[in-house]
Amino acid sequence: MNDRGIRVLLLASVFTIATCGLIYELIASTIASYLLGDSVTQFSTIIGVYLFAMGIGSWLSRYVEKDLLRVFIQVEFLIALFGGSASATLFVLFAHVSSFRVLLYAIVLVIGTLVGLEIPLLLRILEGRLQFKDLISKVFTFDYIGALLASLLFPLVLVPYCGLARSGFLFGILNGAVGLVALWALRGQVRGARALRFQGVAVLVLLGAGFAYSERIITWSESYAYGEDVIFAKSTPYQRITITRGADDLRLYLNGNLQFSSRDEYRYHEALVHPGLARLPNARRVLVLGGGDGLAVREILRYPQIESITLVDLDPSMTRLFSTQEVLTRLNGNSLTASRVHVLNSDAFTWLRENRDVFDFIVADFPDPSNFSIGKLYTTAFYQRARHALAADGAMVIQCTSPFVARKSFWCIDETLRACGFLTEPYHALVPSFGEWGFILASPRPMADEWKFPSGLRFIDAKSIPALSEFPPDMSRLSVQVNRLNNQALVRYFDAEWARYSQQ
Amino acid sequence: MRTTRRKFIGTVGAGAAAMLVGCKNARRFPGAIIGASVSAGHRLRTGNFPAPSETIEKKVVIVGGGIAGLAAARRLDQRDQRDFLLIELERQPGGNAASGRNAVSAYPWGAHYVPLPNDESAEVLALFEELGIIRGHDANGAPLYDEESLCADPMERLFDAGRWQEGLLPQIGITENDRQQYENFFAHMDSFRSLRGSDDRPAFAIPLDLSSRDAPLLALDRKTMAEWMTDNGWDSVPLRWHVDYSCRDDYGAGIEQVSAWAGVHYFASRRGRAANADRDAVVTWPEGNGWIAKKLAAPCATRTRSGAVVYNVEQSDGAVIVDYLEVERERSVRVKAHGVVCAAPRFVAHRMIHDLPGGNDAVYSPWMVANITLDQLPAGFGTPLAWDNVARSSDSLGYVVATHQNVHPVPHETVITHYWPLDAAAPADERQRALARTHADWCERIVADLDRVHPGIHSHVRNIDVWVWGHGMVRPVPGFIWGDARQEMQPAQGRIVFAHSDMSGISIFEEAFTRGTQAVDDLLQLIA
Repeated sequence: MNDRGIRVLLLASVFTIATCGLIYELIASTIASYLLGDSVTQFSTIIGVYLFAMGIGSWLSRYVEKDLLRVFIQVEFLIALFGGSASATLFVLFAHVSSFRVLLYAIVLVIGTLVGLEIPLLLRILEGRLQFKDLISKVFTFDYIGALLASLLFPLVLVPYCGLARSGFLFGILNGAVGLVALWALRGQVRGARALRFQGVAVLVLLGAGFAYSERIITWSESYAYGEDVIFAKSTPYQRITITRGADDLRLYLNGNLQFSSRDEYRYHEALVHPGLARLPNARRVLVLGGGDGLAVREILRYPQIESITLVDLDPSMTRLFSTQEVLTRLNGNSLTASRVHVLNSDAFTWLRENRDVFDFIVADFPDPSNFSIGKLYTTAFYQRARHALAADGAMVIQCTSPFVARKSFWCIDETLRACGFLTEPYHALVPSFGEWGFILASPRPMADEWKFPSGLRFIDAKSIPALSEFPPDMSRLSVQVNRLNNQALVRYFDAEWARYSQQ
Repeated sequence: MRTTRRKFIGTVGAGAAAMLVGCKNARRFPGAIIGASVSAGHRLRTGNFPAPSETIEKKVVIVGGGIAGLAAARRLDQRDQRDFLLIELERQPGGNAASGRNAVSAYPWGAHYVPLPNDESAEVLALFEELGIIRGHDANGAPLYDEESLCADPMERLFDAGRWQEGLLPQIGITENDRQQYENFFAHMDSFRSLRGSDDRPAFAIPLDLSSRDAPLLALDRKTMAEWMTDNGWDSVPLRWHVDYSCRDDYGAGIEQVSAWAGVHYFASRRGRAANADRDAVVTWPEGNGWIAKKLAAPCATRTRSGAVVYNVEQSDGAVIVDYLEVERERSVRVKAHGVVCAAPRFVAHRMIHDLPGGNDAVYSPWMVANITLDQLPAGFGTPLAWDNVARSSDSLGYVVATHQNVHPVPHETVITHYWPLDAAAPADERQRALARTHADWCERIVADLDRVHPGIHSHVRNIDVWVWGHGMVRPVPGFIWGDARQEMQPAQGRIVFAHSDMSGISIFEEAFTRGTQAVDDLLQLIA
C-alpha cells in the first residue's frame, strides 16, 4: 500500500476509534445509571473519570519510545477487549462484587487510559507523513466527527435495537478490526506481525462469541441480580415470571416485583382469605380473580362446604406452571388441579362483563396498581361489575398494597369501594417479606360477627382478628379521591408513595 | 488527497445515514385510501345522470346521513312519522362520525369524542340518557355518566423537548412570563365561560345560536384569533401554540385563520357537569362518535339508501321531487315527498337545488385521517401512552389510541388514528394536492411524522388506511358566524328544511345533532 493509502487508512482509524471511545463512555455511564440509579451523578462522574484517564493515557504515551506501530496495534486490541466486554462484565459482576463502584471506575480508568494513548500515538505515527498543521487539523476533525456519530448512534440505534451488552461487543469488534487492518496494511513495518495477528484474531473471536451469546449472558446475570438462584424464568406476553430459590425459601417475582416468599406467604394468604370466608358459613361458590399461583385457592379449599372455585387469571403460563411444577404444586397443595377448582385464563375485567354467575365470596388478588392498565382493576367501574357477580349476602376481599408505605393508596381503594355502595372493613397484617400489608373486605350488607375457622391455620385465629382492624395513627384513614377509570387517582397516589419510599 | 478525503467522508456519512434511516425507506405498507367517495361526489359536478327508472312516494326524504341526518331520522321516529327515506352518499351513514373496524379494534374516521354537554344542549342530553351514556343524576342534578364511556385516564400527553409530558399545555422549559400568560389567558376564558350578556344568554353557548348577541362579544367575530391575542398582549410562544393547536383540532385551521369568537368559543363554551367526572371530561369509544352514529343508524337501517347520490331536489305542486342515483347499479330513482330535510353540506346542497342562496363563500377545511394498525403499543420517554398523543413540533395533530377505552390490561396490538388538518396553504390548493397523493405518498408522510416521536415505529406498522376529507368541515373565518352568509343559510326553501353543522360555522356533534332535530320540528309544522 502506498503512503497516501496509509495516511487515509490511519485517518479512518482515528474516526473509528473516536466513535468507539465515546460509545464505551456512554455504555459505562448508562449501565451505572441502570444499576445504581441517579443518572445525573453517574453520567457526570463517569465522564469525568474517563476524560481524566484519557489524560493519564496521553501522558503515558511519552514513555513509548520505539515500535510505535506495534504498540498502537496492541493498544487497539486491548481497548477492543476491555471496552467491548465492559458492559457484559459489569452486568454479570454486579451482584458478585461487594463494591460495584470500585469495579466500575477501575474498568473506566483502564479503558480511558488506553483510549488516551491512541491519539498521541497516531499523531506520532503520522508525523512526517503530513505537515504539522495538516496533521493536527485532520486528526482532530475526524476525532470530533467520530464523536458526533457515536453520540447519535448510541441513543437512536444502539440502545433501542442492539441493547447495551451487544453494542459493547459490536464496537469492540470494530476496534479490534482497526488494529488488524492497520497490521495488514503496514505488515512490512511492524515487528512480530505474526504474534500480533494471532492476538488480534483471538480478541475478535472472544468478542464475537460474546456478541452471539450476549442474550444468554444477561439472563444468567439475572440470577445474581435477585441474589438467589433463578430456577425458572420466562417472558410471557403478559409479564416476566421469575422463580428463585434462596437458602430456605422459594420466591416468585413478576416483572421483578416480589409476589411471595414461601417462608411467610401463608401469612398473606391466610389473611387474605379467612377473615372474610370464615364468616360466610353458607358460601358455596367462590371466585378468585388473579391469584394464578393457587395459594389463595389452597386456603379456600380448607372449607369443605365450598362446592366450586373459579379462578380467572390472565396468564396461562402462570396457571400451567403452578399446576404442573412439582416444587410449586407442593407449595399450593395441588390446589389448581383439585376437582372443585375451575381455572380460566382471561382478563378479569372482560370476563366479568360476560359473566352471569353469582358468587358468595370473591377474592381480588391483583398485582399492586403500579400502572394505568392494572389501575383499571381497582376502579368504581370494576367494582360495580364485581358487585353484579356477588350474592347479596356475600363478600369480596381485595389485596390493597401496604397501608404503611402507600397510605393514600390503601384508603383510596376503601373510598372507591364505598362509592360503589359496599360496606367496607379494612384490615392489615404483618407479612415479613412484604412489610405491613393491607386488605379490604367489602360487602353489600353488614356481615355476621362470627368466625368459624378451618383447622390447620398458622396465622389467623379468633384471638388475632380484632387486632387486624386496628389502624395506628401512621396508617389511619385519610381523605382521598375515589378511583375511577377517568381519573386513575389510585395509580397516581401509588406512584408518588412508592417512589418516595424506594428513595429512602 | 482532497477527493479521497471527500469520498471517504461521503462514504462514512452515507453509511451512517443509512444506519440511521436504515429500514425506513422503500418499505410499502399494506392498506388503501378508503374514502371519501370522491368520484361519486364529483359526478354532481359533471352531471350526466340517467333518467329515473322508478318513482316512489315517501312522506319525508332526508338527504345526507351524517349526525344531522341521523338526528332528523330519530326525531321523525319520535314524532311517529316513520314513512321516510334517508339517502347517504357513502356506504355507511355517519358523515364525519364515520368509523371502521378490523381484527384488532374499531376506530374512528373523523369525530371521535363529545365533551360533557352543557345544560342548554337539551337534545344531546336527552340522547345520552336514551343511549345509557348518562345513567342517572346526583342530588344536585349533575348527570352520572357511564364510567366506561368517559375517556379513561391518562387523557392527553404532549411530546416536547424530547419527552412526553402530561396534558397539552407545554410545561417544559417555559418562562415565568409564559406561566403568567397561561394564568391570565385561562382566567380570561373562565370569566367568558360564566359571563351572561345583557340578553341573559350565555356569552358562548352550545348550540351557538343560543349565545348572547351583545355587540362587544359579536365584535370578536370580526378579527382573527391571532389578532385578538396580540391585542391582549398574549404573545407567549407556547400559549399561542396551544391555542393554535386547539383551533386546528376543532376547526381544521389555526389562529391566523379562524375568528376570535370561534377561538374563544372553543375555550369558554364548555359548562358541562358530571357527578363522576371533571368539567373537561369527554365521552369516547374505540370507534369515536361512530359509536353514536351506529346507534342512531340502526333503527332506520331498512329506510336508508347508502351509496346513493342525490342530484336533484325541486319543488313541484306542493310536493318535493328528489332524484338520486344508485351508484353501483347506475340507475336513478325519483322520490315524491311531502317534505325534505337537506342534511348535506351546503356546498353539496348547491349542486342539488337550483338557485339556493347562502353559503356560497363558506370555506371548508381539508383533512387527512389515517388508521394505523400496530403490533406494539407506542411508548416513549416520560408520561405513558395516553388517549390523545400530540407532538409539538409536528404539523399533524398527533394520534388517538383506539384501544384506549379497552379494559384489557395488556393489549399487544392497537390501532391509532392519525389526524392531519391540511391548512398550510389555501384550502383549494391543499385539497387538490391531497387528492393527487397516492397511498404510498401518504404512508411516507404519516410514518415520517410518527417516526420522529417513536423512532423505529415503522417496523411495527401492519396496515395504514387513509381517508381524505376534501371538505372536512366548515371553517369559522372572521365574519362567518355572525355575518350575513350564515343567516342566509337558515330559512326553509318551500318544503325543504336544512340541517347541517356548516349552518353553525363550527363542526361539532352538538350543533349537527340539534340542527337535525330542530329541522324536523320545523318541517312537520310546514307540511302539517
